[in-house]
Amino acid sequence: MSKDRDTIVAISTPLGEGAIGIVRVSGSSAIAIARRLFRDPSGRHGRELKPWGVRYGSIVDCETGEYIDEALAVVMPAPYSFTRDDVVEFSCHGGVAVLTRVLEAVIKCGARLAEPGEFTKRAFLAGRIDLSQAEAIIDVIRAKTDSARKLALANLRGELSSRVSCIRENVLMLLAHIEASIDFPDEDIEALGTRDLTQRAQKAVSDLNELVRLGRSSRVYRDGVSVVLAGRPNVGKSSLFNTLVGKKRAIVTEVPGTTRDVIDDWTTIKGVPVRVVDTAGMRKTRDPIERLGVEAANEQAGEADLVVVVIDGSCQICDEDRDILLQMTDKPGVVAVNKCDLKTELDEAGLIPYGGGKRILRVSAKTGEGVDELEQILADLAVTEITGVSENPIMANLRQLEALENAKHSMEEATHALSTSVPPDLTAIDIHEALFWLDQITGQSASDDLMEKIFSEFCIGK
Amino acid sequence: MCDYDVIVVGGGHAGCEAALAAARMGASVLLLTLGWESIADMPCNPSLGGPGKAQIIREIDALGGEMGRNIDHSYLQIRLLNTGKGPAVHSLRAQADKEAYQARMREVLKAQDNLKVEVSHVENVLIKREGQVKGVETREGERYRAPAVILATGTYLGGRVYIGNESYSSGPYGKPASIGLSEVLKRLGFRLARFKTGTSPRITRDSINVSKLKKQPGHILPFGFSFETHSTREDQVMCYLTYTTPRTHDIIKANLSLAPLYTGAIIGRGPRYCPSIETKIMEFPNRERHQVFLEPETRTGEIVYLGGLSTSLPLEIQREIVYSVPGLEDAEIARPGYAIDYDCLMPTEISPWLETKRVPGLFTAGQINGTSGYEEAASQGLMAGINAVLKLRGQEPFVLERSQAYIGVLIDDLVTKGTEEPYRMMTSRVEYRLTVRQDNADLRLTEKGFSLGLVPEERYEIFSKRRRQIEDELARLRTTIVSKDAATSNLLKEIGTSPVQSRTSLGDLLARPEVNYQSLAIIDKDRTELPEDVILVVEIELKYAGYIRKQMRQIERTRRLETRRIPTQTDYSQIHGLSREAQEKLSVVNPRSLGQAARISGVSPADIVALMAYLETGSHRRKHNSGDINEI
Repeated sequence: MSKDRDTIVAISTPLGEGAIGIVRVSGSSAIAIARRLFRDPSGRHGRELKPWGVRYGSIVDCETGEYIDEALAVVMPAPYSFTRDDVVEFSCHGGVAVLTRVLEAVIKCGARLAEPGEFTKRAFLAGRIDLSQAEAIIDVIRAKTDSARKLALANLRGELSSRVSCIRENVLMLLAHIEASIDFPDEDIEALGTRDLTQRAQKAVSDLNELVRLGRSSRVYRDGVSVVLAGRPNVGKSSLFNTLVGKKRAIVTEVPGTTRDVIDDWTTIKGVPVRVVDTAGMRKTRDPIERLGVEAANEQAGEADLVVVVIDGSCQICDEDRDILLQMTDKPGVVAVNKCDLKTELDEAGLIPYGGGKRILRVSAKTGEGVDELEQILADLAVTEITGVSENPIMANLRQLEALENAKHSMEEATHALSTSVPPDLTAIDIHEALFWLDQITGQSASDDLMEKIFSEFCIGK
Repeated sequence: MCDYDVIVVGGGHAGCEAALAAARMGASVLLLTLGWESIADMPCNPSLGGPGKAQIIREIDALGGEMGRNIDHSYLQIRLLNTGKGPAVHSLRAQADKEAYQARMREVLKAQDNLKVEVSHVENVLIKREGQVKGVETREGERYRAPAVILATGTYLGGRVYIGNESYSSGPYGKPASIGLSEVLKRLGFRLARFKTGTSPRITRDSINVSKLKKQPGHILPFGFSFETHSTREDQVMCYLTYTTPRTHDIIKANLSLAPLYTGAIIGRGPRYCPSIETKIMEFPNRERHQVFLEPETRTGEIVYLGGLSTSLPLEIQREIVYSVPGLEDAEIARPGYAIDYDCLMPTEISPWLETKRVPGLFTAGQINGTSGYEEAASQGLMAGINAVLKLRGQEPFVLERSQAYIGVLIDDLVTKGTEEPYRMMTSRVEYRLTVRQDNADLRLTEKGFSLGLVPEERYEIFSKRRRQIEDELARLRTTIVSKDAATSNLLKEIGTSPVQSRTSLGDLLARPEVNYQSLAIIDKDRTELPEDVILVVEIELKYAGYIRKQMRQIERTRRLETRRIPTQTDYSQIHGLSREAQEKLSVVNPRSLGQAARISGVSPADIVALMAYLETGSHRRKHNSGDINEI
């Protein structure tokens, strides 16, 4: 099976400040690649890499021969590996910079960067794991924090399933009432009237809404908190961005293909994983291209969890600053009065009415003054975001979230249909659709359960 | 040497359709029945149609079957049910004159070319050494040979009747049970299930006090079950409705020890949609009353069926029960109700074209496949007849998809999921109900019936005209832009709908709930006179276009799975990632497609993805060395 598989590589431990990081290579040339860049302690090529042996040695750049890091190498030949390919794992020192260089070295030898979840996908396609396991594993892998891992594990135990099952039960009952009245028209079954049906449908909509909200917020656990830098042009957002993200961004850009249209980057601030997003300056403009940029900025700002409104402290507050502050009133965050290394022209008290209660902080992206305090506040806010999501957060991956959204949409349409003159057999189409999407999460089959429900609920039969 | 191309065993609704279909397709057919009086009999309710079943009759008719025409010629009352519940579930139901129904069917059989009917009791199925069927043998030892045999034996297989503490081997109403055939099937290795059904007491018409009953009149409609029918008869017979009383319930509770259903005498599994009155009272103790329908069995005859009072209590208790019902105080029981249990095949023994998996050439249809109901039986008979002939011709089997027909859902459910109780069609089993309606059954199926040779030329011409009219009218309405003049705005105001925006078509207007086809007559000047059944389809297609689109999307979503074929030789024990339960279930059912596999209970979405991965990675090709994955 591994014959026609190209070779993929990825850093398979979370990026961060861990002591050990693992670079995993999988595919037909994995072992050949390992032999090229692994040297044993005496400096010889890694020809002696044996299946199942753990070898101590070093990793070098196969072109320049330059030493990168010391490492342990493990070889797992096909088909006795996770992916059923030949697999080699290098355990290196955990720093982002080192791991990235090892990754690049492997890519230079002919491997390609794995897509997210591609190892799991291979394992799945090879029949090593089933779909639900695959999804849960991907979630566990992607979990960036401890609480995220706990949630992913809870998902394995079925927290999401049980919430969905409750909603499904209600929806199924609703459908059973409609279907029974259609299939047994002249038997005096005690089916619910339109008003009760509508109420049930509304209940389903609000339950789904709640679940979507909880599911969406679980994104925070998995993907970290996003912080958007907002402000009119030339107030120093980009400098602040670079200060917050530090050198790490430079490392990432060394890996080809990571350049993105949106300027954003991952970093950890005081140990909390955060995505920092830089935006185009926000101002009213007639230039259509700039306007697109501003719209994108607004959108980014809308989706972000936290905001840093950047104000130029070296000049007076202007209408554009006030507009941006007002726009961000409801979003938690900080007002950063930048350029405090320069002469302060700004009257801070004038900001307070527009700040929405945000802390106002003097910083200088240039000198680093106030940045530590800014980071502390952001970290605190991020932790509040994480822990304050709800008492019962639900871990839902994108596929599950999409299914929930679709189910919600269909139940909204059903509710609308019920409250207007749409005949019940058409309303049933929306409800069936909702059940279809709920079943995508629970893996059940509504058709069998519907029959059960109809027969258990109603006395039917001539 | 063969005597016939196809032998059909049993002359009930399945047997009749099977024999007619095969003969109409040009095969020489022998129909063996226990007696002419058993042809197309209705041993339970004398009624056809209702939700789900009416759609099946329409489909039988659209494919060139007989049931629709036959009931249109012989009903004594017809009604349209579910009119307020949406276009997909409008359902005709007819009270049959059961004798007239049988009489006409006998005439149709007699008049059919290539078809011979003989009275005989089949006790054995003859099998070639290589395992294919080669004919049947009667109780008297007479042998008939044919390369295809269709068993449509109804409840006769190992049938046993129960009334009170008595029970005896029997088919319905004293006809002999077929013990031998049941044994033969077991010997051939078929897994059998034992199902139960029951029927109500009949009373005499003169002994009913009609003044205490609620009338249930028939309807006058512009159509019937068959697409050939365009009116209803005026001289319909009245039916009546009454209710059980607390006294009825007391009598039953006091005598449960005499009910075979509760003494453990009956082991067969009964249908939940057709419970006995004992069951209804015990399972739903809070119900104060249950409906009792009075349905005459014939137009002028003596016997009236008591729908809703199915029971197997002893005759004297049945009398007390009947007396306790208003209007029936002096009723005379003409025939008691009874329960019957019988053997049937586990339907997972059968292929989607109704051929048994164990014996090539042996087909089964109707109650023997675990279904209940005349319509369900008839549709299987039709499909078995068609497929028996296709097999003899060496052609691909005729299988209807779930998105094409109720018949497709019926057979797919049976052969995929099996059934734990007698299977009855219901509209809620049909996931694409809005696209498989009774008004468009011909649009879905008549073309197919014609190519199979079942729909005669003349009928096909009429159908083609109707299809053209529908298509033309739909196109015309969709493209005719409403002018924004005073006439239009006045009309729309009158109807109570909002004014038109720019480029609104007549079709757009029709999509509004408050607008109908007739109401637009004044502003639709190009309109030509069209038959009502054409307007009906056109109006539904336009008015519910949004929902129809939703349904089409649902169908499209599953198409990828439905069209992904699974090789018949697949060894499921060799597929990584399948649960053990899935391996077992898949091996039994041997599904044709991923879609069918997904519907097997016990096969999870994860199993399907594992199966998909197995098919995708091509490992099956290495194992089986075969690129051809078609059946037969």
